[in-house]
Amino acid sequence: MLTLGHYLLVSGLLFSIGLAGVLLRRNLLIIFMGLELMLNAANLSLVAFARHGVTTLGLPDYNAQVLVFFIITVAAAEVAVGLAIIVALYRLRQTTHVEDLDKMKF
Amino acid sequence: MLTILFWVISAVMLASAVCVVAFRNPVNSAMSLVVSFLALAALFVTLDAYFIGIIQILVYAGAVMVLFLFIIMLLDLKAEARRSLNIAALTGGLAVLGGFVVLLIQVIKTLPAAQQNFPALARTGYSDVADVGMTLFSGYNLPFQVIGVLLLVATVGVVILSRRSLR
Repeated sequence: MLTLGHYLLVSGLLFSIGLAGVLLRRNLLIIFMGLELMLNAANLSLVAFARHGVTTLGLPDYNAQVLVFFIITVAAAEVAVGLAIIVALYRLRQTTHVEDLDKMKF
Repeated sequence: MLTILFWVISAVMLASAVCVVAFRNPVNSAMSLVVSFLALAALFVTLDAYFIGIIQILVYAGAVMVLFLFIIMLLDLKAEARRSLNIAALTGGLAVLGGFVVLLIQVIKTLPAAQQNFPALARTGYSDVADVGMTLFSGYNLPFQVIGVLLLVATVGVVILSRRSLR
């Protein structure tokens, strides 16, 4: 039988793959995709908890699903702004490699 | 049946997530990301969250990924040239990652709720759009309005950011 632990494990693995993308890759776009993976992992664990915390009516906890709805909306706005910043940066520097962007380095 | 489906979908999702990180060409990464998002939507459906699953496909696999692909085309990125890896940064990253995974497995092992089966639902196989909508509009009306303002601000910000003469 499937338990909450299975979903939490998959969610945690997805989060760590996203974290690996952010830590190990140096292309800004791939780092951004890693961020998206981490956000989705959080969504998966929220939905799993919603299914686990069944209310007295015998329905999933819709408060958590509404929170997921908000997270998806904010993530979409974040992607739009982040990609616009990357495009502006590319116009200025002709690169998306993080090691070439060291203007603010002390 | 559901257990087999869960493992197959999870394997597809995690494998394509690994591909996102491993591929050198950003277009391949973006395509793997689409597969990962679709599999995640399927996982949402196995958790009886039909509305969230549809939203996941519409917003992520639809809007966000189109945006990503447009930007990749706009930037005209070639496959990343091989650079010498910074060994210290690589081992540091892998150490952080390994520590995180070990910690995660320990937490899930000790969490009592993680060993329980999912409780049965009163009704199954129904549309949950009405329930999510009722919760959204009765309990979270103000946050819903604020999210609308946030999207407007993001739209205006993106237009300002993409102007030619950015000072």
